[in-house]
Amino acid sequence: MKKYFKTGEPYVLATGAALALILVMTLTLVGVVMKNGLGYFWPAEITRYELADGTIAMGQMTAREKNPVSGKGRIQVKVGNRDMYSQDFRWIEDSDISGRSIPADAMLVERMEHGNFIGFLKDVQPNGLAVDGAAAPLQKLSQARAALEPRLDAVKKLRDKMSSINYKSEQLRLKILKLEYKNREQNSDRIAELATEREKLTEEFETMNSQLAQMQSELTQPRGIFEDASGTVREIALTEIVRIQRPNDMSVFAKSSAYLVRIKELLLGNPRESNTEGGLFPAIFGTVMMVMLMSVFSLPFGVIAAIYLREYAKDGLMTRMVRIAVNNLAGVPSIVYGVFGLGFFVYGIGGSIDQLFYPERLPTPTFGTGGILWSSLTLALLTVPVVIIATEESLASIPRGIREGSLALGATRFQTLVRILLPMATPGIMTGLILSMARAAGEVAPLMIVGVVKLAPTLPFDMNFPFFHMDRKFMHLGFHIFDVGFQSPNVEAAKPMVYVTTMLLMGIVIVATSLAIRFRARMRKKYQTSNF
Amino acid sequence: MTATADTAQTIMDIEKLNLYYGDKHALKDVSLKMGKNQVTAFIGPSGCGKSTLLRCINRMNDLIDNVRIEGSLRFDGTEINDPATDVISLRRRIGMVFQQSNPFPKSIYENIVYGLRIAGINDKAVLDETVERSLRNAAIWDEVKDRLNDSALGLSGGQAQRICIARAIAVNPEIILMDEPCSALDPISTLKIEELIDELKQKYTIIIVTHNMQQAARVSDVTAFFYLGELIEAGSTSRIFTNPDKKQTEDYITGRFG
Repeated sequence: MKKYFKTGEPYVLATGAALALILVMTLTLVGVVMKNGLGYFWPAEITRYELADGTIAMGQMTAREKNPVSGKGRIQVKVGNRDMYSQDFRWIEDSDISGRSIPADAMLVERMEHGNFIGFLKDVQPNGLAVDGAAAPLQKLSQARAALEPRLDAVKKLRDKMSSINYKSEQLRLKILKLEYKNREQNSDRIAELATEREKLTEEFETMNSQLAQMQSELTQPRGIFEDASGTVREIALTEIVRIQRPNDMSVFAKSSAYLVRIKELLLGNPRESNTEGGLFPAIFGTVMMVMLMSVFSLPFGVIAAIYLREYAKDGLMTRMVRIAVNNLAGVPSIVYGVFGLGFFVYGIGGSIDQLFYPERLPTPTFGTGGILWSSLTLALLTVPVVIIATEESLASIPRGIREGSLALGATRFQTLVRILLPMATPGIMTGLILSMARAAGEVAPLMIVGVVKLAPTLPFDMNFPFFHMDRKFMHLGFHIFDVGFQSPNVEAAKPMVYVTTMLLMGIVIVATSLAIRFRARMRKKYQTSNF
Repeated sequence: MTATADTAQTIMDIEKLNLYYGDKHALKDVSLKMGKNQVTAFIGPSGCGKSTLLRCINRMNDLIDNVRIEGSLRFDGTEINDPATDVISLRRRIGMVFQQSNPFPKSIYENIVYGLRIAGINDKAVLDETVERSLRNAAIWDEVKDRLNDSALGLSGGQAQRICIARAIAVNPEIILMDEPCSALDPISTLKIEELIDELKQKYTIIIVTHNMQQAARVSDVTAFFYLGELIEAGSTSRIFTNPDKKQTEDYITGRFG
């Protein structure tokens, strides 16, 4: 036995087993997230339950468990109709169910507000829309919705116009403010000119606004008349309806296409209902842009610092101290970086920028408040040690002979660095970048104090000059998970969204890192002597 | 001490050279003259300072902290150790081949033209011509002419070492320093390199450090024997190997120590 241990076999086995365990755990986690996340958008069938007390419940079954009190089985049903029943979910004991059926015409209506409606369509009041009065209610509904489409588009166009006018008017207001701040008397002509211009815009905005109100009130007229399982009638304005589904009547193909539509909405749409419904586009965009900005800041700084430390700095006390400091920085809790970012970037630099360039707007801050720029810089600070360490390691792993070979041919140190060392170190640098991107994408704590918000009204990128608005606050998938999962008023309904968001965040990290890994593999093939 | 350089013109004149690594006195009062178009071999046991001396000649010791050099090293009349000497042009005139072949992770072609490119020469015709001439001179043209754009890292040890020699002669140096160029090679590759050295001495002055006494006897015109940082004896190879003045030299050559 002792001999067996001396061979070292058991230790190899133990390390292998530990690795296998970690792999299994990771895969299980990913599997659980995928199962819950991917299944959410699949149209589940609607069951009608006749209960022992004579009432009727209808909805989609979401879970089954043993009642912890009575020990009997029970099911959780998403009955929807929050505005009527005051809650979305309901537990039903197995023993209370006296009959179940799957009505083919049961309908799920996704609404802009109040969650889903589950019931039956009875009739449609077209109220001005061109609808064939003799058709069946379902056809009427789809005709009415099709007729509504161009009007909704018109509203959206008007809205876009209004927001552009609003932006222009805001820019004018800031300009006026600046001129007034500089010298009110001297610039009075120009100010008056701008003020009339702004007034014109405001007037235009007002006309558009009343036009919009008129349009909107007209649009709410067409209504669908629905009935829930127990026969209560409910009118729903067609503008309130996001989509309708009759999952019991759908083929697998129809369900698949409905699924794809939902995925598309998820990736490209805006969130609704305090983020528990709708899409995640602003959060995806914010996360990706923040990670990219972070890379832009941390990569050059990290690489330059590492080059100095490894290639130029004399190996003395100072260098050693700097190196120890860098290593320790990598271990500082991220919230500390957040606080530092708030103090240094937001209040320090941002506040100074405001005083220097935008004094007229104070006390309303422009850069002196959290924003995507400060968030990226804070995260760059957080991840720069990783880049420094990885770059230093990979520079150190280049054989001395290669440097000497280059220098012996009459190359300067800088030429050697640029032509030989940096290309050879690229795989290692990429490793650092990959690690820091993964870390930055998942980091939430520091962002909460330097620029992430629950719901950002605008993206940090739009078509108004200068396109990238670094001062704007943004949304982030990691924060979204926290917000939806733990701050939402309707936690049960938000649960699937947490899984979906988690899945997306993992997806983004995987996509970003695989791109970097592919690039690294290519570089490695080219410069195979470096094996870091 | 003066090498018996026959009638050859002196190209390198080392006088009372002392070198210290921190407190360690690594070269002690070394004086040696080397002739043009001759092969000079440095022999001696490990740690005797022969590589250190070689690295003084193209100032490779600059890269090491804590090195102090006293005395004079004159190359073609200019003082190598003078801080005002342009190291870059010095190293272009004195090429070097290392113990471990060290091809850059680039194509064979780019390896050869590296010295030209860093000197700012990017004319394709000049580069092509240099590649062919250098590879022919290094006796490796026939082996690699069809794969000049392949990575130099895929070559065998002997080929890689000859690529490094070709890379060194591509910039047309006057002296080529070789630091145990065959110590990592098999006998056949070693033979090829030795034949190459014989060829190269028509055009270049060669200074070679070697552990292998047969090699020194085969390739060199002049041999210098070092022991514990001191130059014990230098002279024409035939004399050193047949009739050395000093007992230490004889003991080393006959294999009684070292």
